[in-house]
Amino acid sequence: MTTETGSLARLEAEALAALEAAADDAALDRWRAEWLGRQDGRVTVLLRGIREVAPEERAAYGAAVNALKQTLEERLEERRQALKRAELERLAREGAIDVTLPGRPQPLGRLHPITRTLRDCLDAFRAMGFRVAEGPEVEWDRYNFDAARIPEDHPARDMWDTIWVNTLIDGKRRMLLRTHTTPNQIRVMERTPQPPVRVVVPGKCYRQEATDATHEWMLTQIEGLAVDEGVRMSDLKGVLYEWARAMFGTDRRIIFHHSYFPFVEPGVEMAIDCFICRGDGRQCHTCHGTGWIEILGAGMVHPEIIDNAGYDSSRVTGFAFGIGVERVAMLRWGIEDIRHFYSNDLRFLGQF
Amino acid sequence: MKISLNWLREYVDVRLPIEELARRITDAVAEVEGWRTIGEMWDPALVRVAKVVAVDPHPNADRLRLATVDTGERTVQVVCGAPNLAVGQTVAFASEGARLFDGHTGEPTRLKLRPIRGVESAGMVLSERELGLSDEHEGILVLPEGTPVGVPLADVLGDVILEVSTWANRADLLGMVGFAREVAALTGGVLREPSREFTASGPAVDGLVSVSIEAPDLCRRFTASVIEGITIGPSPAWMQERLRKAGMRPINNVVDITNYVMLETGQPLHAFDYDLVRGKRIVARRARPGERLVTLDGVEREFDGEMLLICDGEGPVGVAGVMGGGNSEVNDGTTRVLLEVANFRAGSIRRTSTLLKLRTEASLRFEKGLGPEMAMYAQQRALHLFETVCGGRIASGIVDVYPGKEPPRTIVLEAARIAQVLGIEVPVEDVRRILGDLGFIVHHVPPAKYSVQVPSWRPDVEIPDDLVEEIGRIYGYDRLPATMLRGTLPAPEANPVMSLRERLRDLAVALGFQEVINYTLTTREKLALVTDPLDTVRRNPLGVVNPVAAQHAYLRTSLRASALESYAANRRQAEGPLRLFEIGFEYLPVEGDLPIERPVLCAVLGGSREGRWHVGGGEALDFFDAKGAVEAMLGALGVRGTFTAAEEHGLLPGHTAKFGVGSEMAGIVGQVHPETAAAFDIEEPVFLFEVWVEDLVRHLPERPPYQALSRYPAVRMDLAVVVDASVPAGAVLELARSHRSQGVTTRAELFDEYRGPGVPEGKKSLALRLWFRADDRTLTDEEALKVRQGLLARLGREFGAELRG
Repeated sequence: MTTETGSLARLEAEALAALEAAADDAALDRWRAEWLGRQDGRVTVLLRGIREVAPEERAAYGAAVNALKQTLEERLEERRQALKRAELERLAREGAIDVTLPGRPQPLGRLHPITRTLRDCLDAFRAMGFRVAEGPEVEWDRYNFDAARIPEDHPARDMWDTIWVNTLIDGKRRMLLRTHTTPNQIRVMERTPQPPVRVVVPGKCYRQEATDATHEWMLTQIEGLAVDEGVRMSDLKGVLYEWARAMFGTDRRIIFHHSYFPFVEPGVEMAIDCFICRGDGRQCHTCHGTGWIEILGAGMVHPEIIDNAGYDSSRVTGFAFGIGVERVAMLRWGIEDIRHFYSNDLRFLGQF
Repeated sequence: MKISLNWLREYVDVRLPIEELARRITDAVAEVEGWRTIGEMWDPALVRVAKVVAVDPHPNADRLRLATVDTGERTVQVVCGAPNLAVGQTVAFASEGARLFDGHTGEPTRLKLRPIRGVESAGMVLSERELGLSDEHEGILVLPEGTPVGVPLADVLGDVILEVSTWANRADLLGMVGFAREVAALTGGVLREPSREFTASGPAVDGLVSVSIEAPDLCRRFTASVIEGITIGPSPAWMQERLRKAGMRPINNVVDITNYVMLETGQPLHAFDYDLVRGKRIVARRARPGERLVTLDGVEREFDGEMLLICDGEGPVGVAGVMGGGNSEVNDGTTRVLLEVANFRAGSIRRTSTLLKLRTEASLRFEKGLGPEMAMYAQQRALHLFETVCGGRIASGIVDVYPGKEPPRTIVLEAARIAQVLGIEVPVEDVRRILGDLGFIVHHVPPAKYSVQVPSWRPDVEIPDDLVEEIGRIYGYDRLPATMLRGTLPAPEANPVMSLRERLRDLAVALGFQEVINYTLTTREKLALVTDPLDTVRRNPLGVVNPVAAQHAYLRTSLRASALESYAANRRQAEGPLRLFEIGFEYLPVEGDLPIERPVLCAVLGGSREGRWHVGGGEALDFFDAKGAVEAMLGALGVRGTFTAAEEHGLLPGHTAKFGVGSEMAGIVGQVHPETAAAFDIEEPVFLFEVWVEDLVRHLPERPPYQALSRYPAVRMDLAVVVDASVPAGAVLELARSHRSQGVTTRAELFDEYRGPGVPEGKKSLALRLWFRADDRTLTDEEALKVRQGLLARLGREFGAELRG
């Protein structure tokens, strides 16, 4: 018995020494085959030899060999884990990569800065219950001008230098590239039998105009229109205030200046306080030292336009505004030249 | 319009600092674009008023003279080259060290005295140019007589000139008096109107001239007076100074008075040489078609039958409201003046000046709509000046033909309307004060109405809301709170096309495409490169009459040209992959109607795909990158496209496919024909795809075709078949995907296409990976094999496919 026990102890010492010497997965597998292999592993053979042990000693023998087997299996697993850890440590240490090397290039698309700005504006108005609609870019002069109270032979037409389409209808030129999104005031009300109307209409507009750093002949505008009983100029101020805060920061302030657009009465121009110089930059290029940045035109929809839509202007009032998206994008990103937008140079577009 | 602050002060006290004044005017009246301070740089000690007491010849130079001037403190001698120098003149005098502008270069400089041709000069008598007043350097500036000698020049000539942009409906703001009225209302000042008193000492005007209006629809009022005993000469210095500050050139006393009164009142006037008016008769009538007149600018002009002419007994002498005729012009010999002050219909003047391409100070005012009462006001003011400035003898009476006389307009304004529009109540006393200051006559009708009579110079005020604006702007929009809209929201309006457009935009970006936005106007030539010659719609784009440039003359009927231009421009900047897209409209002409604006996504791609480093180097992007992007987009939208080989102008045959969803074609994908690419300066393979938004939107599922996840695993198998090389792989794949058998569905992907050794000539091998799945059970391998067998049999029947051995 003691002999047996003693020989098992020697066996264990031998096996563990061999295990300690095994330095990789292959060596471990060989070790496992030698000691614990199903067919002729040395411990397996010992277990199989139980039949030759005296019956009264078999239980003790079996327990001792099984204990040895379990010990070896456990130590094998420990050794495996230790080797794996050591391997990972080596990988971390010796196989360290230069993490400052550039990453693998991935295809990356971006929205155009005008699209981004347009969407941000529309989101701000959607949050205030405005719907989004659209109207044609090639427009009838009637919608672009006459219905907006800008008759032919009125100097107000000088406010919109027009690109006319070269098509005669009944001998007259009637089609033009809309100079503003204002015709959509008329179009939206025409298809809305009863107020409320609360809509923003984005789209391209065109001006017959020489281009320079602040003038472009193709523009993106957002027309806003809210018509209902109880719509007040103070609501116009509130809506534009929230929009200005959404686009230019929550601490923005706004003011209205008197202005003139034939389709609104009263008409105003809105300015926001200059967030570049914060009002004290005499040399500020953004506000020209005034502390205020003119940003859009607005006003209360002219009662005649309300009446023409079939609403009763004595009960129903409305406001309208027109935002130049390029101007907003230029201000929010400090873009110095409006002509960048439609030259589509990736060196420009890739920055937004 | 240029507003001289000194001149303005003649009509209203201005005590505000200029910054504050400009801000208030911008808030409530009209935009102050900026201002210029005159005399800012004139040192009060060094630039002063002096008097010329003697003029002597220069001993060494014929062109120079020696002026003895009294500076108020002492008498000094200066050398002067000005031809207009004369004894008795009051002049601007600079001492050593004064900051001035160089008379020749116009550059700022400091006066440094040195002997001129051997004679010491104690200072300098200054021209307007040297003072920075104008470019005038012919002679010295002569100050008005009576200007106190010895005072700083800044005190008498210093001024601030406001540059103000006014509105298209406010002719009254183009007159100093009208502008001063606004400033008075804004600052609580009192308006002082200029004198219109004169003494009529000449013969009765009726005996001198008769006036008739033959076109009362175009000429609402015509007033005329005659001034005799005029000697043409320069107008007084103070008048010239004001005209210059307003940006006008002094001509002579008669013309200057008409311009001065126009600047003062906003009402244009015209002076004829009375003796050149034939028949002593004035007629305002429509032109006879083809009638001609040489206008004051020396240009012969032809008129149409809707243009209003001012004629004398024999023919035209002026274009009403625009410009007078050369044949009756005031000249050096003029002694009698016929002064016309009339009112013309604004639209008519606008039309005439537009057609004649002749914009004048007069037409700019008339076209904005002048009140007819201003005609007599300006007439009287001018006669006052003719009497006091020219010493003219004024004929008794003023001819006044006034067929368009209307009673003053009265508007009833409900107090509640003010709050309804503005959102705040304005107290009664403020309403009365504001409107009163602006010249309206207000009667408060308790409890809550105002009866308001509109002044004649404000024809723009027509309805109650116009009054609300007057009240609001002067009361101050800064008093409005920022409130939020109340009431119900309008019903949502579905706009599936717009939604899909935005979805496609996001998908394209997600797939690595950069969005571009191109000009929508291009040229016919560029459109011809990318549209089919047989496509009569796209080959006949709408042109514009007045493009901003020749390359923007036609509305694009295809996005492809501008996409390729963007590609080429960016290729010049960088190598590596380029993936660009735009979502825009094709403008397709429709006879007699607005064009169809058809939304299209157009993308172009090419170059080497991303390699390991940011310097390109990967294999080239190809057709299947383009097609893959399309498939990915369609897949994200819940549909699968059917691609069929197609031919399209500008795309390479054999490398082009149209794709459909449902029964409709929804777009195209292909390689740009190398010849077309070369026409856009692209020398590498470039690929293009379009998604036709409106065609696609009709075949999109309302919601994604959602299916609950199967609880049972799929069995995966591969299948390689040999088919004729002409059999489209897509058809094989489509059939495999549609294969169903006893509740088993098939997912199929193609993973190899092979021709070559081992596959017979004229054949190809297609390798399919298949996943079979049943919804209600775990498939056995045997069942799956049976389904695959069935699929192989169908492929055999449909395409002659055989199992690859």
